[in-house]
Amino acid sequence: MARYLHSFVLFLALIWLIPGLAAPAHAADDDLRAKIDALASGGFSQTAKQIQDLAATGDDRVVPALQALLAGKLYFKKAGKQVFITEKASGGYALTDPLTGESAGTLARGALKKIRVNNRLRRELKAALGNLTLLSKVTAVRLKAAEAVFKSQDPDTLEALVSAISKETDDGVKKVLEQAHAAVLLKTDAAEADKIAALAVIEDRGDRDALSVVIATAAQAEGALKAAAEKTATSIRQNLELWGAAQNIWYGLSLGSVLLLAAIGLAITFGVMGVINMAHGEMVMIGAYVTFMVQEVIRTSMPGLFEYSLLISVPLAFLVAGAIGMAVERCIIRFLYGRPLETLLATWGLSLALQQAVRTIFGPSNREVGTPDYMSGAFELGHLTITYNRLWIIVFSLVVLFALMAVLKKTPLGLQMRAVTQNRRMAGAMGIRTNWVDAVTFGLGSGIAGIAGVALSQIDNVSPNLGQSYIIDSFMVVVFGGVGNLWGTLVGAMTLGVANKFLEPYAGAVLGKVLVLVFIILFIQKRPRGLFALKGRAIES
Amino acid sequence: MPTSKASILYLENVNVSFDGFRALNNLSLTVKPGEMRAIIGPNGAGKTTMMDVITGKTRPDNGRVLFDETVNLTRMDEAEIASLGIGRKFQKPTVFENQTVWDNLLLALKAGRRAWDTLFYRMSAKDKQEIEDILEIIRLGQVRDEISANLSHGQKQWLEIGMLLAQDPKLLLVDEPVAGMTDAETEETARLLRDIAQRHSVVVVEHDMAFVRDLDVQVTVLHEGSAIAEGTLDYVSADERVIEVYLGR
Amino acid sequence: MMTMKFIQGGFDRRAVVFLGLLFLIAAVVSFLNLAMEPGSTFHVSSYTVALIGKYLCYALLALSVDLVWGFCGVLSLGHAAFFALGGYAMGMYLMRQIGTRGVYGDPVLPDFMVFLNWKELPWFWYGFDQFWFAALMVLAVPGVLAFVFGWFAFRSRVTGVYLSIITQALTFALMLAFFRNDMGFGGNNGLTDFKDILGFDVQADSTRVGLLIASAVALAIGFIICKALVNSKFGKVLIAVRDAESRTRFLGYRPENYKLLVWTLSAMMAGVAGALYVPQVGIINPSEFTPANSIEAVIWVAVGGRGTLVGATIGAVLVNFGKTLFTGILPEFWLFALGGLFIAVTLFLPKGIMGAIDGYMAKRKAAKDSGPEAQPQEGD
Repeated sequence: MARYLHSFVLFLALIWLIPGLAAPAHAADDDLRAKIDALASGGFSQTAKQIQDLAATGDDRVVPALQALLAGKLYFKKAGKQVFITEKASGGYALTDPLTGESAGTLARGALKKIRVNNRLRRELKAALGNLTLLSKVTAVRLKAAEAVFKSQDPDTLEALVSAISKETDDGVKKVLEQAHAAVLLKTDAAEADKIAALAVIEDRGDRDALSVVIATAAQAEGALKAAAEKTATSIRQNLELWGAAQNIWYGLSLGSVLLLAAIGLAITFGVMGVINMAHGEMVMIGAYVTFMVQEVIRTSMPGLFEYSLLISVPLAFLVAGAIGMAVERCIIRFLYGRPLETLLATWGLSLALQQAVRTIFGPSNREVGTPDYMSGAFELGHLTITYNRLWIIVFSLVVLFALMAVLKKTPLGLQMRAVTQNRRMAGAMGIRTNWVDAVTFGLGSGIAGIAGVALSQIDNVSPNLGQSYIIDSFMVVVFGGVGNLWGTLVGAMTLGVANKFLEPYAGAVLGKVLVLVFIILFIQKRPRGLFALKGRAIES
Repeated sequence: MPTSKASILYLENVNVSFDGFRALNNLSLTVKPGEMRAIIGPNGAGKTTMMDVITGKTRPDNGRVLFDETVNLTRMDEAEIASLGIGRKFQKPTVFENQTVWDNLLLALKAGRRAWDTLFYRMSAKDKQEIEDILEIIRLGQVRDEISANLSHGQKQWLEIGMLLAQDPKLLLVDEPVAGMTDAETEETARLLRDIAQRHSVVVVEHDMAFVRDLDVQVTVLHEGSAIAEGTLDYVSADERVIEVYLGR
Repeated sequence: MMTMKFIQGGFDRRAVVFLGLLFLIAAVVSFLNLAMEPGSTFHVSSYTVALIGKYLCYALLALSVDLVWGFCGVLSLGHAAFFALGGYAMGMYLMRQIGTRGVYGDPVLPDFMVFLNWKELPWFWYGFDQFWFAALMVLAVPGVLAFVFGWFAFRSRVTGVYLSIITQALTFALMLAFFRNDMGFGGNNGLTDFKDILGFDVQADSTRVGLLIASAVALAIGFIICKALVNSKFGKVLIAVRDAESRTRFLGYRPENYKLLVWTLSAMMAGVAGALYVPQVGIINPSEFTPANSIEAVIWVAVGGRGTLVGATIGAVLVNFGKTLFTGILPEFWLFALGGLFIAVTLFLPKGIMGAIDGYMAKRKAAKDSGPEAQPQEGD
């Protein structure tokens, strides 16, 4: 949205400049203002003439004044006959300059007089407005006007539409204009065949607005038109359901990528090493706080780097969380190998202490983490709304996953890791420093959790409890996907994400989550080793 | 133990594979009632997998496993098979480490296995005498109140054999009973097993050739999941393929 | 007859000492509260009575956790669920007792239902106006849930950490569910504003003392049952299952049945603990379901010594006493202390207080017998 606004403002500025070069802007302004102020005097017939005068300027700056006139909000000062757009406020009316849109103070009711309109004038106004906006030089204004007409389906705009369509050069706007024309046509008493043709144009549009137009038509029409409208409605509905499902899948994948990020580190510590790290969520939380710290430093000392804050945070979060992870492995976990239940308890204790530490340092409340420009905003894909931050997180989670796979498969470290987990004594005998490999593996898992924290800081509240909300989910993903298998983690995360989003509309967000949990509980009963279970004798021991 | 039946254990074309690796490959084997059979074979020949299949720990991909000629073991779980009267001693001595020698035998002693039975179990004089007798046989009377984790390796092996005796099964599966034993202990164990074989059918898996010779029973040689030779130790020792498997490659 | 003998099996010397102490504490505290004038040095305040009553409920919860973890090897991270379900069953009874004394004065509907514009009582609230029914539900609801859950879990041989994690998911799922208003259990706020129990004012001193004694009796009964269970041959099978589950299968036992029985019994004990807890603290809400509560109960057992029963109750009382002290003086440091306790106990005191005492006694005995072959044994 912000991006659109940005380019729109820029565009407007250019538009302002061009006529500014041709003629002094002041003169044009004064001329317009005189024409608007003229509305303050004269009867209905004179007002009609004045409206036509304004419309004839072809300058879309008069649009607000005309709209206000149509809405009955255009008043003039009794003293001086100056015209203003008004809004009811305490102590009278708040005044706005009709041309500049600047506020012009408040005035008591008695000092103002309303410019009255009748039905004929209203029609006149609508046509004028239609012409002005539909023929505006700015594409965005024309598009907006066309959309507005589609929604209002005001028969008075039909002529303006027809002339606009003939003059339109932009394909996108032309399409919307034609759709608006079709929608308006359905409201008039045009021939049945034309109306049926119009239905096809609207079906092409295919969104909720199109559906309501078609349904309204079906409700009033009879015979062939009614049948055609009903058929179109069904077709649009099916189409919408498809898009709805697609949107759900998108949301699901987005949630899945969050789960994946939270679970990848766990797939290393739990899946590869078999260490139950209940403080995993806190590593994620620490990653998010690293992002916060990085942005704080940037904000105070080098604001120019803000756009790069996340890029800086990723390696830092990896290092900080990884270092903490290695320290934890050396000080606590290495004494508990082979005792998973004790590991669970000790790391849970650690998670409590880490949470409290962060709470003591940063306070218990949410911390604000800013979003760089490339992460904000959204774009439309068909009827899908795709936000940039979600898109980046999906990409990022996959990059992390594949990078980790590469590390495990292609590097000496990965080889040593696999050797140690498969046969510790043998690996030791071959000269691998198993202690060191343990520490580094655990550090790697924790570091990835830290990276996940950077991404999650963009979509979740950064608070000391951040990690807790992910820990159960991430364990579910790893267990569901199959321990020790990164592909399983990927499929597990995406499946759970999508399943969650598909259940939500039927069961509500909370119950959906409960159902997913129950499903996993049942699933683990059936396949205790998860989706991608390793099979064989080595597993038994 | 004379019986009219031709087999106590009957395996026919049993196959087991793990991720493409064939642990058992069309394995067939017949053990007659009252017989003691030794199974030998190099590492990875499928000996332990065979035990797993018989005791219900591993389900075969296909093939038949019959106990007493009528009971299909492939459809049963471990507890059911144990209740039928098949006892197993593991390769690595597996006793209940935190419990006393006496309690280990008490747990193994033939009695009701349901929760209800054990909840209201009172020790009878007969049960007590039986445990005493077994302690005598396995020579652990002195350490009856010792926590079994404190036993030596050989003592644990014997305790596990004692537990087998207490179960009083029809068929005993004994996996490497003399691994890690001294020569004297090995001899003693051979004597013990021969003694047991008087009253039970026994299948012994073993690496130790001297021990197998001591047992003086029919031998089956396993290789890559199939039985490649069967007969007396001298007979199979002369078999070309057996020599190849053990020496060549 | 058989049952008597079974129960007798539970009385060893330690059990008698424990029961004696429990009786003494309950008697002395009750006496000092009721017979001494407020203001006297010997007077025990009602606050303290309720506090001790609460500790006893926690002790019973710890006992139930120890039964499954210490003797059966099932580390439950979901016992808070059974505790809370028992608590809710009792809370529903207490809500129904309020009657017309509620803010809205509806004779049947609890306040929160009137507030939510509900017209009639949901079916699952029927019967809770009767104490006997509520008492039955205190046992039945956690019992049935545990049975169903355990039936699936143990049969498919889910063990160890996997089991722990799905028990945690179980309580997490229940917590989310109970937070919802339309579940019909008061949502966020839970059940509170209780007036009386069995006709006695819940705020009255005598009722508080009565609840304390009831908690002590429940703890004693729970203790005797656990003790008798673990001293029988059944208990020996349990320990065998804990140490070498697959080995017991080859002996012909069905570990899943043993686990299921103990698991269900344990859940029912936790339910009773929750039911006695609720009238003493005056509220039950979904936060009782938080996984953190379950894990805290586990640490009580670890501190006291798993597999010792007495230790579990001692651990529960000690840790909670520490919590009361800490949250009074340095509230922000309680989580550091608790977190540190988790780590310290697992690293330095793996057998807990009772385990350490037992080890010390065994060492002294061994030294006295001068038996060189009896060496202190490390746990697995």
